[in-house]
Amino acid sequence: MNSIYRTRSRTDKLIRALCFAATIFGLVWLGLILFTLLWNGLAGLHLSVFTQMTPPPGSKTGGLANAIVGSILMTAIGVGIGAPLGLFAGTYLAEYGRHEKLSFYVRFINDILLSAPSIVIGLFIYGAVVVPMGGFSAFAGSLALAVIVAPVVVRTTEDMLLLVPNQLREASAALGLPRSLMIRRIAYRAARTGIITGILLATARVAGETAPLLFTALSNQFWNLNLTKTMANLPVTINNFVQSPYEYWRQLAWTGALLITLAVLALNVIARLLDAERKTK
Amino acid sequence: MTDMAVPGVVDAAKPFDRARALAAFRLGDQTFYWVTRICALTVLFILGGIILSLIIGAWPAMQAFGLEFLVTRRWAPQVSPSPVLGALGPIYGTLVTSFIAMLIAVPVGIGIAIFLTELCPPVLRRPVGIAIELLAGIPSIIYGMWGFFVLAPFMTNHVQPVMIGLFEGVPVLGTIFGGPPSYLSLFNAALVLAIMILPFITAISRDVFTTVPPMLKESAYGLGCTTWEVVNNVVIPFTRVGVIGGIMLALGRALGETMAVTFIIGNSFQINGSIFAPGTTISAAIASEFAEASGLHQSALILLGLLLFVLTFIVLASARIMLARLERKAGN
Repeated sequence: MNSIYRTRSRTDKLIRALCFAATIFGLVWLGLILFTLLWNGLAGLHLSVFTQMTPPPGSKTGGLANAIVGSILMTAIGVGIGAPLGLFAGTYLAEYGRHEKLSFYVRFINDILLSAPSIVIGLFIYGAVVVPMGGFSAFAGSLALAVIVAPVVVRTTEDMLLLVPNQLREASAALGLPRSLMIRRIAYRAARTGIITGILLATARVAGETAPLLFTALSNQFWNLNLTKTMANLPVTINNFVQSPYEYWRQLAWTGALLITLAVLALNVIARLLDAERKTK
Repeated sequence: MTDMAVPGVVDAAKPFDRARALAAFRLGDQTFYWVTRICALTVLFILGGIILSLIIGAWPAMQAFGLEFLVTRRWAPQVSPSPVLGALGPIYGTLVTSFIAMLIAVPVGIGIAIFLTELCPPVLRRPVGIAIELLAGIPSIIYGMWGFFVLAPFMTNHVQPVMIGLFEGVPVLGTIFGGPPSYLSLFNAALVLAIMILPFITAISRDVFTTVPPMLKESAYGLGCTTWEVVNNVVIPFTRVGVIGGIMLALGRALGETMAVTFIIGNSFQINGSIFAPGTTISAAIASEFAEASGLHQSALILLGLLLFVLTFIVLASARIMLARLERKAGN
């Protein structure tokens, strides 16, 4: 009898130890990655990174100003197109077509798009936008990002609207409020924090996306705000600089990587704080 | 709640423009309904557009190579008069790296989820959970860079030689773990992939573990079960479908991941039984060759993309069906 107890307790302790070790294993990677980024990235973090253009090969000066601005611009346009699209589609799923067959299909397809390989989305935009428009452009890159943003926002909008109590809808209907006004003035307001959280998470997701920009927005070395031309952006610049033989380029790549990661992590943390606030309300 | 007053409604209360206000409401209602409906339909159009544009782009390659594309090992875009292109190398690399990554990430990811739901002191639960989720937020190109500069050198100099020595002369394992250690290898790429998908598996497993009714667990504890017995006999059987769904979702990610593997996989289309040899995956091949490709070469790369999309579609669709089944069960 005693030996059975001992075996059971020993198995339990072993598994507990393994689970603990797994958690340490996971946390160690996060720590290591952040440490490497800070160690290598901070060394090159000067004011010039924000004020000078990306340098030509072999140059010993230069910054990432054009890439930073390009990234912010393309992310903003991508979210600007993808978020409203996702918001309205999510609204339809939650408010109008909750039990329709159509919504079932849209929900299913949306869940697939949510985790579709981003490089395939790049190929899609290449075929659908870059080839017909006759060349790589920042606009094509933004559209690729929008295709990634939309499914995330569809999902969170629907989830958040479903949390809005039906009594609110019934009360506003009883007061004679038209349905569209009820959705915009009552349901959106009740679900606001959750929807904003979703949009922030979607922004964080595309801010560092590289694969879909490789052959849509491409990248360049110049200051350019023309959306119909190629535009420098941080992820593709990092991709081009990281494997180069030039010390200074590699340094810039690390600094750019640090900037992207900090931005993405900051967006994630803000989104989580908002979400925590929503849950305590 | 003081700002609930709606300007439009207040105006409509004036009796003389009641009919006009109602008409405006109806128009607004209709417009909003159709705008949202069209946006919902756009989601379907995006999927249709992806499939259609990939098929159009891949058509020349489909006609030129047919089904043989899937079993040809050679990838020679520069051969004249017409290039020889086969997908077997990238398909092999995709499957091998994803398999190794899952082998590492599944037990570790589920272990973390068990720790978070059953063992972790409540004070630590949130911070550890958030830290693991932050790991999921790091852009994949950062994983790629970090793998290239930090992980690959370490593995190549310290871990690979040990494994090669360990399995030398053993029949099958000797080939799998054979050859010289290599910086650019399937093994290193798979490791980076494993670290990347780890948080996905943890997040989903944790979410499905919390769907287990506390009463079930409490009764098991009440009968004198140890923590592991509760997990093994109550939590995992109850959530099995959901956990498998989560694993498939992570597999979908692993199959399609691009930037984390492109730097360290070596972009070699050779198939050499060893996991320490350089290789390529479908997404890495597209990422590194597409910009310079043209004609049939480009079309073949798009065909590779179509293959990847079909592969991940099947995996993700089954994942979603499984997760939906668990949701129904939890709802009942």
